Amino acid sequence: MDDVLERILLKVQKPARYTGGEYNQIIKDKADVDIRMAFCFPDTYEIGMSNLGLQILYGAINAEPGMWCERCFAPWGDMEEEMRRVRMPLYALESGDPLFAFDAIGFSLGYEMAYTSVLNMLDLAGIPVRSADRRSLTPLVFAGGTSCVNPEPMADFLDLCAIGEGEELDIEILRLLRKAKAEGWDKPRFLREAAKIPGVYVPSLYEPEYNGDGTLKRVARREDAPEKVTKRIIEDMDSAFYPTNAIVPSTEIVHDRVVLELFRGCVRGCRFCQAGFVYRPVRRHSTAFLLDKARAALESSGYEEITLSSLSTSDFKGLAQLTDGLLEWCEPRKISLSLPSLRADNFSMGLMERVQKVRKSGLTFAPEAGSQRLRDVINKNVTEEELLHSCRVAFEGGWNTLKLYFMLGLPTETDEDVTAIARLAEKVLHTWREYAANKSRGVKITVSTSMFVPKPHTPFEWEAQTGVEEYLRRVKLLRESITSRSIVYNWHEPHVSLIEAALSRGDRRMGAVIEEVWKRGGRLDSWTDYFSFERWMDAFRACGLDPDFYAARERGEEELFPWDVIDVGVAKRYLARERREAYAGRVTPDCRVKCMGCGANCLLKRGGCDE
Amino acid sequence: MNRILFAKSGRAVFISHLDLMRTMQRAFIRAGVRIRHTEGFNPHPYMNFALPLSVGVESRCELMEFALEGEAGLSELPARLNAVLPEGIRVLDAYESDTKFKYIKWLDIEAHLFYYNEVHPAEELAAFFAGPELVMEKRTKRQTARVDIKPLIASLTVSGVSPSELLLTARLSAQEPVLSPAQLIEAVRQLSPALTPDFVRTKRLEVFDKDMNIFR
Repeated sequence: MDDVLERILLKVQKPARYTGGEYNQIIKDKADVDIRMAFCFPDTYEIGMSNLGLQILYGAINAEPGMWCERCFAPWGDMEEEMRRVRMPLYALESGDPLFAFDAIGFSLGYEMAYTSVLNMLDLAGIPVRSADRRSLTPLVFAGGTSCVNPEPMADFLDLCAIGEGEELDIEILRLLRKAKAEGWDKPRFLREAAKIPGVYVPSLYEPEYNGDGTLKRVARREDAPEKVTKRIIEDMDSAFYPTNAIVPSTEIVHDRVVLELFRGCVRGCRFCQAGFVYRPVRRHSTAFLLDKARAALESSGYEEITLSSLSTSDFKGLAQLTDGLLEWCEPRKISLSLPSLRADNFSMGLMERVQKVRKSGLTFAPEAGSQRLRDVINKNVTEEELLHSCRVAFEGGWNTLKLYFMLGLPTETDEDVTAIARLAEKVLHTWREYAANKSRGVKITVSTSMFVPKPHTPFEWEAQTGVEEYLRRVKLLRESITSRSIVYNWHEPHVSLIEAALSRGDRRMGAVIEEVWKRGGRLDSWTDYFSFERWMDAFRACGLDPDFYAARERGEEELFPWDVIDVGVAKRYLARERREAYAGRVTPDCRVKCMGCGANCLLKRGGCDE
Repeated sequence: MNRILFAKSGRAVFISHLDLMRTMQRAFIRAGVRIRHTEGFNPHPYMNFALPLSVGVESRCELMEFALEGEAGLSELPARLNAVLPEGIRVLDAYESDTKFKYIKWLDIEAHLFYYNEVHPAEELAAFFAGPELVMEKRTKRQTARVDIKPLIASLTVSGVSPSELLLTARLSAQEPVLSPAQLIEAVRQLSPALTPDFVRTKRLEVFDKDMNIFR
C-alpha cells in the first residue's frame, strides 16, 4: 500500500472503506486489459456497496474479456480533507489507480441528492467537472440509474447517459469505446457514434430553447441524434448476468446480506411512484433459477441473512413455493430470511409464519394516505379493512412494533385526509388491543410522513409540490390529531424534499445551480450532516433561478418537459389519462387484472408482459 | 478448544476488531467449516480473539479460538480458510490447545519510527527508554492515572534504519496491565516531546506466557 495513503488512513473514521481488498473483488492483470472502467457511486461505501445494481454491473462488465471494472465511492468529509491536503487524487479501490487513468468513469445515479457528489468526486480526481472542458476521448464520463430518466439537470457534466438497465448497454458502450481508442477517434466522433446505440443519450447533441416564461420551447437536435432515446431492458431475466460471487465487504455496510432480486417492474401502478412506471414492464426470474442463485450466493458470501428484493415482493407469483424452498435450505444452516416491502393487502398468516421461523424483525406497511378517498386518488389499492386485517394477523402472530408510512401533500389532499392518518393509526392500535397475542410488552406504532415529491414519468409529473410551510402546517395538524401515547409520529424534514423536487423535474439550466452548490462546498447532500438548505437557496439566487418554478408549479397539459426526450416505455398520454382518473377518484386495476395499455409492453420483443 | 494462528497485513490492517469477527465468521461458512454456536436467545458462532488488534497495526501472531462441529479436520483448515479470506489475512496454523488466553503475558512488537524533518540517532531514543523509571499519564475510560511503565517493558532495543527512520523492537506487557505500542510512543510524546516521531508503523511479532515461552 502507498505510504501516503497508509498515513492518512490512520487518521480517518472507518478506514476499511477506503482500502479495497475485500473477498470476491476482481483483480485483473493490466497486460490483459484494454478497457478500464471505474464504477463510481456518488455516496459512501456503506451505501454504495449495498446497491444490487453495482454488484450486477461490476460482475457483468468484469465477465467481459479485456475489460476491468473497479469501484470508487465518495469519501466522507474527514477522508476528503486528508486527500485534498496531501493532494491525493481519488482512486479506484481494486488497483488504487487514480480515476484519470481510466478509460471510462461510470456514475450510478439513483437519487437526485447525489448530484453534487458526482462533481466533487470528479474534482477530487483532478478531472474537469464539465463535459465541454474534457476534450480528450478518455476518461469518458457517463451515468446510468433511475435519476437518468430526467438526464437534463446533469447534462452539462456527463458525456453520455445510459438509459435503462445496464447489463448489456454498458458493455456495448465500452466496446465502442475500445474501437474508438484503437482507431484513434476524437471525442465528438465517439459521441456521435455512441448516440446510435439504443438507450444512449448524448446531451451535447441536443440544445434546449426556452420560452419567455421559462418553460421549454423546443429542443434542437444535432446531426443524426435520435428524437427519443428509448430505455433499455433485459427481456429474459434468467439469461442475464446474476451476481452469485458478489463482493463481501470487510466492514459493515447498510444492507449486509444477500439480496435476491425476484423481478423488475411492478404490476400495481401507484400514481406517485416513479419506480412503478419507469421499471415497467414486469419481468421475473423463474423460481428454480432463484433457488439455485440464492444457494450459490449464500455459499459464496458466507452471509447468514438473505432478503428478497423487488418493488412489491408479495406480488411474486409462487412466493410461497420460493420461500419454502429457501427456508428448507436456510433453516438448518441458521440463515435468516427477510421479506421487505410487503403490501398490507395480501400479507398472509402463512407468509408471516414462514419468515418468523428464523427471526422476527419489525414490520412496515405503507398505506401512503390516511383516507380511502386519497388512496383511490393515488391508486394505492389497499383498503382500510385489508390493512387492519394484516395488522391483526401480525399482532396475533406476536409482533408489537409496527411502522406506517404516509405522504403529506399528495394531489387533492384536504385536512380531512390528514387527520384520517391519525384515525387510521388509532384503528391499528385498537386492533392491537383486541387481537394482540401478548399485551404485556405493550405496542409501539410509528407513523412517519414525508413531503410528496412529484416525479417525472408519473401521472403526477404535472403537479405542484405543496411547499414547505403548508407541509409543516399539515404536520402540526396531524401531530395534534394523534392523542395516544402508543403512537409515535415522525415527520421528515421538508427542505430536502423541496430541493429533490426541483432537481427531479429540472431542466438543463439546473446544472449551473448544482455546480454553484458544489463550489460553495456542497456534497453528500443526502446526509443531514452535509445538506444545507441555505446553500441551495443561495445557489438558486446566484443563478437567477427559482426552485418553486420547478417544484411548486403546476404544469399545463401540453407543456414540453425536459425529460420528454427519454422514452421509458409508458406513454405520456397514458400518464395524462391516469392523472385525470386520479382527479376523478377512480382506481386503475393492476396489470394482472386488466392491461390498460400503458405502452411498456412495446419494449418487449415477445410482446406480452408478466410471463 | 480449537485455535488458529493468523497474520494480518497489507490492506487488511484497516479491518477493525468488530469487522474482523464478522469477516472470520463468514470465511468459516464459505470454507464449509461449521463451528459451534453459543446457546441462548440469539445464537451466534462462538469465536474468541486473544488480544484485540488496533486498526492499522500489522501482526503475524493473532490467535482465535473456536470449537469445530463434528469431526475436526484441523490439518486442512488453514488451506481451506486461506482460499476464502480477504486479501491480507492468512491462517498460518490450526491446532488444539488447552491453554487459556489469560496466560498470555508478553508481546513482542516492532515499530518503525519516521521523522520527517529532523534526524535522531538511535542512541538518543535508546537512552530515553534506559532511564530508571518512565512515569507517564495513562488514560483509561474512567480516569487518568500516573503510571511507571518501565516494569511493563521486558526488553527494548533501538536501531537506525535510515537518517529519518528508527527501528524499535520491544517485549511489552500484553495484558493486566497492558502497555500498547501506541502507549509506548505516547510516553515519548509526554516525557521527551522532541523525540516524538511523525509517523509510526507497528507490527506484532510474537506472544509469550509469563515464563517467556511462546504462547499457543
